[in-house]
Amino acid sequence: MTDIALLLKDVDKFYGPIDYGVHAVKKLSMDVRKGEIIALLGSSGCGKTSTLRMIAGFEAVSRGRISLGGREIQTFPPVRRNVAMAFEGYSLYPPLTVRENIAFALKASKLSQSTVDEKVASIARLLEIEDILGRYPSSISGGQQQRASLGRALIRDASLHLLDEPMGQLEPQLRAVLRGRIKHYIKERGLTAILVTHDQTEANALADRIAVMEGGVLQQFDTPQRIKERPANLFTGTFVGEPPMNVFEASVNASESRLAFGLKEGIRLEYAASDFSHAVRDALRKRQRVVLGVRPYAVKRSADGVTGRVAVNQWLGDQTHIAADFAGGTLVLVEHDRARLEVGQPIGIRLEPASLHVFDGESGDAISHGEELA
Amino acid sequence: MEAMSPLERVLRGIALTLVVVFFMFPIVWIFLMSFQTNETILRIPPSIVFTPTLDNYAALITGKLQTAAGTLDIAFMRNLGNSVFLSVVSVAVALALGVPAAYAFARHKFRGSEDIAFTLLSFRFAPPLLVLLPLTQYFQWLGLSNTYFGLIWVYQLICLPLILWIVRGYFEDISADVEYAYRIAGHSWFSTFRKIALPLAGPGIAAAGLLAFIFAWNNFVFALVLASADKQPVTVGALAFVTASGIQYGQIAAAIVLSITPTLALALYAQRYLVEGLSLGAVKG
Repeated sequence: MTDIALLLKDVDKFYGPIDYGVHAVKKLSMDVRKGEIIALLGSSGCGKTSTLRMIAGFEAVSRGRISLGGREIQTFPPVRRNVAMAFEGYSLYPPLTVRENIAFALKASKLSQSTVDEKVASIARLLEIEDILGRYPSSISGGQQQRASLGRALIRDASLHLLDEPMGQLEPQLRAVLRGRIKHYIKERGLTAILVTHDQTEANALADRIAVMEGGVLQQFDTPQRIKERPANLFTGTFVGEPPMNVFEASVNASESRLAFGLKEGIRLEYAASDFSHAVRDALRKRQRVVLGVRPYAVKRSADGVTGRVAVNQWLGDQTHIAADFAGGTLVLVEHDRARLEVGQPIGIRLEPASLHVFDGESGDAISHGEELA
Repeated sequence: MEAMSPLERVLRGIALTLVVVFFMFPIVWIFLMSFQTNETILRIPPSIVFTPTLDNYAALITGKLQTAAGTLDIAFMRNLGNSVFLSVVSVAVALALGVPAAYAFARHKFRGSEDIAFTLLSFRFAPPLLVLLPLTQYFQWLGLSNTYFGLIWVYQLICLPLILWIVRGYFEDISADVEYAYRIAGHSWFSTFRKIALPLAGPGIAAAGLLAFIFAWNNFVFALVLASADKQPVTVGALAFVTASGIQYGQIAAAIVLSITPTLALALYAQRYLVEGLSLGAVKG
């Protein structure tokens, strides 16, 4: 495939001696196509920044290969990799003004002064930092430094742009505006970019595909849509989505015509066998224990359903979040209208087969996703 | 600074005066002594009223010390030259070795790096005399005793750990991302070290160099044991003023004044530069 820009193959990162040190990234393989925006999403310490730094060349690759544009680069120093990077923290050169810092990135490209000025002006407009171009890094705010660092990366014409939490310190309103502009800027120029973030909204808004990482392991690498609809395992299911997916441990009881899940506190969810495909029924029959997941907005209220008890009822101005004590845990429902429910009142709940995600009770791997089975 | 009431201002002034008097008195007294003869220095009660004389300085500069027992040759100017030479070269060598090492320790954690850095620091733990005894033996075998080369080498025990540990801290204070950003923009690590790390750590390097210079300048015991008269710095040379016929207080005072002048000048000059460098607040955002 010629349209692969970046390829990671079985990449391991150990801090300390190989096989004995801290195993930060475990056998990571992924590919990034030209012109694609990829988000590495995970909580802190999940290995996403280590991965980015290995691609940039700031951290040595303990094992495995990284190729960029068909060349294996894992042993190259950063200077030979032709990648640009925006940093999360303080990365501007203190003795230079913001304008000089951004223009500095173009020094190697030997452009004429007027072209450089034009490009700097246009990127400054994009990032709303025109008014601070003449200032020094020590006299501007963290958010402004971050945007200047982002500008310094985006202005370059590199084979790969790495963005490390590029908007973490910005005001929410500005962040929302910039997301759209930056995506447009990257797409318009056909740049390839990898974004590291712990903010799923940012990942969803910017990325064509999201790589969810946890404990140094790539959990799932797919489009935002598919990650939401078909989480590969329990971790992805509960990590992505706001509010998080409701999960309950359950035992399986499958007969020819019925399929029942036994939850804690004696709650039974009964379904007709025909609600599930053959393959899923076979898979479920082999297991005693599973974990059921259901997204808060997919939980329906129904008088003849199973019963929980309302613990919280909050109207957020555009939606209602209801939390109910249910099956030894908490079930969260999202509704679009105000709900007339008192705390302590019983609530009938219906979990449609089409909304159920079933995960293996031990490994956490997904067995079925409701949507495609119903 | 917050506003002070007049009373606070007065108390503050008194406190400052006390501190200044306490610390400056010996130096001022020595400065006055350097313009007096032994007789006026030793009279009782002491007085600050006297007829100044330049005899002490003249004796030091000509190298002829007049004592009751006759004229004595002293090599004070040569000692002063030795001090300047030994301190400058030692600090230069320590900077050349220590600054790159400090950078390596600050930026690259490799196996044993902490141990090596600590070992270098531990040179400062041992009492110098303890180190000196075996060293004297080795230096005699190696033919290094009483050579400038040997002395400068031993002075590294003083200068190198100091520079290494102070400068390392300054390098660690520079955000690594600044260097990464420079490297990813197409520069080698060496040009990053030269163009980014060195200038940003400049004030720290200057401070460490100054401190190392003062420590080297004030060293006594290494030079006392390892060098003979023609290689000795002023600290050891000053012993010559304790003569058979008494102690030449006037000359000692003049020698002290002359020998603190270079370090004092350097400190005053560097202080201005240090404050300037640090007040930029450029290292962190």
